[in-house]
Amino acid sequence: MKNRKLLLENVHVPGIETFDVYRKNGGYRSVEKALKSMTPEEVVEEVKKSGLRGRGGAGFPTGLKWSFLAKPEGVPRYLVCNADESEPGTFKDRYLMEKIPHLLVEGMITSSFALGANTSYIYIRGEFMYILHILEKAIAEAYANGFLGKNILGTGYDLDLIVAPGGGAYICGEETALLESLEGKRGNPRMKPPFPAVKGLWGCPTVVNNVESIAAVVPIVNEGGDAYAQTGLGKSTGTKLISASGNLIRPGVYEIEMGVSVEEFIYGDDYCRGIANGRKLKACVPGGSSVPILPHYLVTKTAAGEDRLMTYESLADGGFESGSMLGSGGFIIFDEDQCIVRNTWNFARFYAHESCGQCSPCREGTGWMEKVLNRLEHGQGNLRDITLLEEVNKKIEGNTICPLGDAAAWPVAAAIRHFRDEFEWHVNEREISQKRNYGLITQPSVEV
Amino acid sequence: MKVNNNLANIDLEPVSFSPETMAKINEVISSYPEGKHKSALIRILHLVQSEKGWVSIPSMNKVAEILTIEPIEVYEVATFYTMFHLEPVGKYVFEVCHTGPCMLVGSDNIIDYIKSKLNINIGETTADGYFTLKTAECLGGCGYGPLLQCKYKFHEHLTKERVDELISDYRAGKYDQN
Repeated sequence: MKNRKLLLENVHVPGIETFDVYRKNGGYRSVEKALKSMTPEEVVEEVKKSGLRGRGGAGFPTGLKWSFLAKPEGVPRYLVCNADESEPGTFKDRYLMEKIPHLLVEGMITSSFALGANTSYIYIRGEFMYILHILEKAIAEAYANGFLGKNILGTGYDLDLIVAPGGGAYICGEETALLESLEGKRGNPRMKPPFPAVKGLWGCPTVVNNVESIAAVVPIVNEGGDAYAQTGLGKSTGTKLISASGNLIRPGVYEIEMGVSVEEFIYGDDYCRGIANGRKLKACVPGGSSVPILPHYLVTKTAAGEDRLMTYESLADGGFESGSMLGSGGFIIFDEDQCIVRNTWNFARFYAHESCGQCSPCREGTGWMEKVLNRLEHGQGNLRDITLLEEVNKKIEGNTICPLGDAAAWPVAAAIRHFRDEFEWHVNEREISQKRNYGLITQPSVEV
Repeated sequence: MKVNNNLANIDLEPVSFSPETMAKINEVISSYPEGKHKSALIRILHLVQSEKGWVSIPSMNKVAEILTIEPIEVYEVATFYTMFHLEPVGKYVFEVCHTGPCMLVGSDNIIDYIKSKLNINIGETTADGYFTLKTAECLGGCGYGPLLQCKYKFHEHLTKERVDELISDYRAGKYDQN
C-alpha cells in the first residue's frame, strides 16, 4: 500500500527545527486557518470526523475526549501535552520533538484554541531535559513571530505555552499522576471520577493528550477531518509513529500508514529489513511492554490465518488469547536466541520499580511477581511458581486505581500463556537453563 | 528510594545556591500563574542537582524556603522521583538502561564491562570520585541501545570500545561544557 507521511514528511529538511524553515515548508498553516476562519467547535468537529485515536496507548477517540471537556463560566481550562514517554519500547515522541519541535508547538496552539485554553503545558520526562530546551527555543521563536502570547495573529486569542519536566517516574505517563506531578507533587494517580475533563489541573477542566495526537491535529485541520480519515484503514485512520526496537536489522522510528502488514513492517526494505544477525523471529511485543507478547506464529498471521496488519483492530484480533494491542506503537522484536523467562522477569522488575505504591495489589503484587520470576530465571523456581504467578496476576488486574497494575499483569499472563513450556523447562532443567537459553544447543554471546 | 538517615553524618549547615541557579529558579517560578509556584518544584530540584551534584537535606530546606512551602513537601517529591540523587555521587553518574529492549541488544554485557573497567559495583563510586555507576529503567531510546545517560546526555549504540572512549573523554572534561 502507499505510505503517506502526515507528520514526518519534512523531518529531513535541513533546519526544520527552526521557525523560518518550518514556516517556509508550510508550518503554522493550521493555526492561521483555525484562528482566522474557524470556530473552536468547528475544529473539534474536524478532529471528531478524522477518527483520530489517542496515540499514547489507549486509543480513545481524541475528538470525543475533547467533547467531554467541561466549560463552566469563569473557570480556566487547560490543555496538557503528555510527553512523558516512558513505556519500554517507545521512543517516537522523543524523535518527533527533537527533530521537528514546531510541529508539536503548532499542534498545541491549534488544539488549545479548539478547547478554549489560554495556558497550556507540555509535561516532558526529566531524562529528556535536552528536548525541553529544544522545545523552549521553538516556543520562544513562536512568541517572537506572533504565534504565541497576546492577541495571536491579531485574532484576539491569547495563549501561553509552558514546558515542565518530570523527574524519572513511569507512572507520570498516567494522566492523573501527570497532573499531580505538574502541580509539583508525587505522581500518585487520582481516583476517577472526577475525570480530568471535569476536574484536572488545579481542579480545573483539563484535556491531556499524547504528543503524537496533538501533532496529528495539524494535518487534520489543514486537510480536513474527512481527508485524514481516508488515510489508513477502517477505524484505524491516519498514520502512526512506530518505535521499532530489539533484534532488528534497522530499528528506529517509522511513520507508517495504518494498514501496512506486520510482515512488510518487519521484513520490508522501507522498514526494519528483517531480524538481525541472520536469526529467526521468536516473538514480538507490538505495542510497548504492557501489551501481550505474541509468539512467532501469531505475529504476521492471526489465529484464523489472515494477514496481521498494523491497525488497532488487526493487532487485537483474537483478544488476549491469540492477539495483542497496537498500544503506543512500541514494537519490540525478539530473535530465536532470546529467553522469554528472562525478559518477563525484566519487565516485571520494571513495573515493580515503577509502581507508585499507592494501591496494595500493585505495590505488593508487582514485587512478588518480580521475586518469583527472578528465582525461576535463576534456576531456583518450581512448577508451583508458574501457577502462583497466574494467581498473583489475577489479584492485581482490575484492582488498582490506575492501569499500571494491568500493565504489569498482562505481559506475565501472556508470556505464560504462549511460552509455558519454556517456563517449565527453567524448572525441569535448572542447571542447563543457567548455561543456555531454551531451544538452543549452545548459548551464543550477544556481541556489543 | 534510599535516604541517608544517619543524621550524624550529614552536614546540616544551611546552603545557598549560585546567582546563576537563583536567576534560573526565579525565571521558572515566574512562568507559572500566580499562586501556582509549587509547580516549579521538580524543575528547581533539577537545577539544584545540576549545581550541587546531588540533592541534600539542606538544599531541600532551601528550596522549601524559596517556594514558601513546608520542607516535607520537598522531601516527599525528591524521594519519589528517581532522577534525584539523595546521597553524594561521583562527578559523573553513568546511568545505564537495563530494561527489556536494551537487554535484548546486550545492556547486561555493557554493565558488566563498565563494572570491571571502573572496578565498582552498581551504586558505587570510583575511589577518585569521578564515576558513579547506576542502572536505570527505560530511558526512552530503545532503538538505539545499549545506552547510558550522564548529565542529561544520551550516549547510544554502546560498545566496549565506545565505553572506553567515554570514560577517557569524561575524565578529560570533554563533556563539561553545557
